[in-house]
Amino acid sequence: MKNRIENVSRRDFFKAGAGLTLALVLPAARGAAARVGGPGIAGAVPVAAAGFEPNAFVRIGTDNTVRVFAKHLEMGQGTYTGLATLLAEELDAGWEQVVVEGAPADVARYNNLLWGPAQGTGGSTAIANSFEQMRHAGAVARAMLVQAAAARWKVAADSIVVRAGVLSHAPSGRSARFGELAEAASGLPMPATVMLKDPKDFTLIGKHVPRKDSAAKTTGRAVFTQDVKLPGMLVAVVAHPPRFGATVRGVDDKAARAVAGVVDVVRISSGVAVLAGDYWTARKGREALRIEWNESAAWRGSSVQLFEDYRKLAATPGAIARKDGDAEGVLGKAEKLIEAEFDFPYLAHAAMEPLNCVMKLDANGCEVWNGEQFQTVDQATVAAVLGLKPEQVKLNMLFAGGSFGRRANPQSDYLVETAHIVKAIGGRAPVKLVWSREDDMRGGYYRPLYLHRLRAALDAKGMPMAWSQRIVGQSIVLGSPFESMMIKDGVDATTVEGAANLPYAIPNLMVDSHTTNALTKVPVQWWRSVGSTHTAFATEVFLDELALAAGEDPVSYRLKLLGAHPRHAGVLRLAADKAGWSRPLADASKGGRRGRGVAVHESFNSFVAQVVEVTVAADGNFKVDRVVCAVDCGIAVNPDVIRAQMEGGIGFALAAALSGEITLKDGQVEQSNFHDYTVLRINEMPVVEVHIMPSAAKPSGVGEPGVPPLAPALVNALHAATGKRIRKLPIGEQLKA
Amino acid sequence: MTTFILNGQRVDTDLSDDTPLLWVLRDGLDLTGTKFGCGMGLCGACTVHLDGEPVRSCSTPLSAAAGKKITTIEGVDAVRAGKAVQAAWQKFDVVQCGYCQSGQIMSATALLVANPKPSDEEIDAAMGGNICRCATYVRIRAAIHEASSALA
Repeated sequence: MKNRIENVSRRDFFKAGAGLTLALVLPAARGAAARVGGPGIAGAVPVAAAGFEPNAFVRIGTDNTVRVFAKHLEMGQGTYTGLATLLAEELDAGWEQVVVEGAPADVARYNNLLWGPAQGTGGSTAIANSFEQMRHAGAVARAMLVQAAAARWKVAADSIVVRAGVLSHAPSGRSARFGELAEAASGLPMPATVMLKDPKDFTLIGKHVPRKDSAAKTTGRAVFTQDVKLPGMLVAVVAHPPRFGATVRGVDDKAARAVAGVVDVVRISSGVAVLAGDYWTARKGREALRIEWNESAAWRGSSVQLFEDYRKLAATPGAIARKDGDAEGVLGKAEKLIEAEFDFPYLAHAAMEPLNCVMKLDANGCEVWNGEQFQTVDQATVAAVLGLKPEQVKLNMLFAGGSFGRRANPQSDYLVETAHIVKAIGGRAPVKLVWSREDDMRGGYYRPLYLHRLRAALDAKGMPMAWSQRIVGQSIVLGSPFESMMIKDGVDATTVEGAANLPYAIPNLMVDSHTTNALTKVPVQWWRSVGSTHTAFATEVFLDELALAAGEDPVSYRLKLLGAHPRHAGVLRLAADKAGWSRPLADASKGGRRGRGVAVHESFNSFVAQVVEVTVAADGNFKVDRVVCAVDCGIAVNPDVIRAQMEGGIGFALAAALSGEITLKDGQVEQSNFHDYTVLRINEMPVVEVHIMPSAAKPSGVGEPGVPPLAPALVNALHAATGKRIRKLPIGEQLKA
Repeated sequence: MTTFILNGQRVDTDLSDDTPLLWVLRDGLDLTGTKFGCGMGLCGACTVHLDGEPVRSCSTPLSAAAGKKITTIEGVDAVRAGKAVQAAWQKFDVVQCGYCQSGQIMSATALLVANPKPSDEEIDAAMGGNICRCATYVRIRAAIHEASSALA
């Protein structure tokens, strides 16, 4: 079947938000990509020989299986479940007959509708851009099945009812399952138009449906890149330079090649690769390498030095991202001036599955198995390394063991490394690149180190008359394919998102930024919630300081300033109400001081407020007791997935707030594994309550928006408990000082 | 040649004695449910049972498994508690990315075998070696209580 659903109007329909909205200028991979077997629910259901495939998103087998093709990467956020919910809703399929499979790379059919001609997953866009596309795909399939039944039973189409995978005609008592009509439906013409359901008729959207990946992921059957094994495949382990910017000068690989089982050692642009039949042997080979590095171009700076340099820059005007009124003028004459600086470290993504990639050259080009997040970028970049056309790079999208942004690398770094290895061995064997935890931790592409400087002037009633925010740090898109789209007038939109769109009514408002890429060679990248990882903290902690300076309650002070932003105000009220904000916090049962803090933030068109409760012991140790979270993400497609993403976003953010920090000294990353880059463990996880705001608005994402409010709400709670204001992340031992 | 019992079946391997059990399972025996996360016993993704005790297979040399009974995620449903834990995990949709969950389930099963009615504190203590970067901890705790009730 060559039928395609046209979605020409969708792009205009969705408005670009503050988040990661991309429009790439890249060679588009056109042409008919063969469907490749993505993992979906690994091995659970064999593909039926015959079937009905009315469009790119669904195939109904004669065995009654409804196979949904997911164009977005499942990395934990629940998108396989969400995309299938949308399609199954309009198809009126039974949930248990639905299986989900990763779609191949084919930008003509599977582009992200919010990104233009690019296929990829990010910016919490999966459900937002697919909401009508997947429903439409399901509705078309449903209409054709109904037509097939009407023709077979010789009855009017509108007298047929479809429910949970069964078509029935009450007057004649006939019924059929989808599979029985699949072949007949295949021969029918596509309907010109289909009607989508009225939301009041939804049976799956907004209801509880079990995740589609639970069974595979609780039995060890789910296939991740790490689990791929092809005939004759070699495992590659790479020795990388000790500093960013260094290269290989020379290598003595005699001892490495002498390790039993080592098959080859090759020099590539990013280091020296050792290949063996298995990981452990390849690692032994790497340990035996003797490499001389050329560090003449290496960066030898430090985090401490960068903060000093950034602090100097913060005293000078930057490129302007927003200018309302005359903030500088008002600040210069202010009677009550409040100032603060906020420091943010580099952060590693540290997903549980260290980076890896499987690649094979063949007569047609190249085939890749990967937790594939950035199809169009990766196809173009890998093709360039191998001298292929982008469409000759066939991508199998496997489950990713986390990503948090890392697998959507603008330079396709680890895929490029794999391509260089495959190329260096002449494509004689498939290669699985495996990074160790240490390789992953020290491999760069961090959330950048930032410094924010904020100043505000309050009027006689304590309300802000002027606000100035200056952000200093690296741009994550400079030098990437996104530069021309996302940097305007010297401002990287991803640096200032969450700050330049400050929702509070302040008449004189200025946001500017300094881009510091010339000062360091540390590679940087987006990290779950991107600019909001730092802008939410600076703005929401500083606003708390203003409220306290005004002698006002932090919730009512915010509400006074949010008159033009009802969705911010709505979640703030909901979280405060559910947390019992108007009542005093109960005392700690075993001594210690308790405190409660709040923050509200919009990211990726979703609105989240969180109230954090803490108990601080006399020695400065503290525990986060409870987080009450309110989220407005429009129509709640999968309420339980939304709750899970809020819970997980809170835990992920808490890890960074408590101790997340990559530091550099003399150009070297000081952390290497989970003992010195500590992440959240179960004993540190607070009780989390999630409340979803009822809404009829179009759905927006939830993978990232749970992250930003946590750290500021926590720091505001610690201040409430102790009177001590923390302005540097991570919190670490600061309360003990 | 090293021999051990894997999920109830006798297996022989000629991999070297110092090879971590994790890589024996994954690369040698193609049982990939047990995951590589850190290589230092810090994250728990590689947890298996050695004679019923939870161990980090990335830091357990093959020699330590000789003659012992090894249970992995692929065989844990043969343990009554393991089956209950998997069912509870599915009931609460604990998983997100899922990469750590084999290890979580192996640790939770060992906990319930040793302590059928654990408190929150006992859960924290037993599960403290298993990292989940998706932070599914709220549901892990709930699912362990659920499995505990189901086993009672």
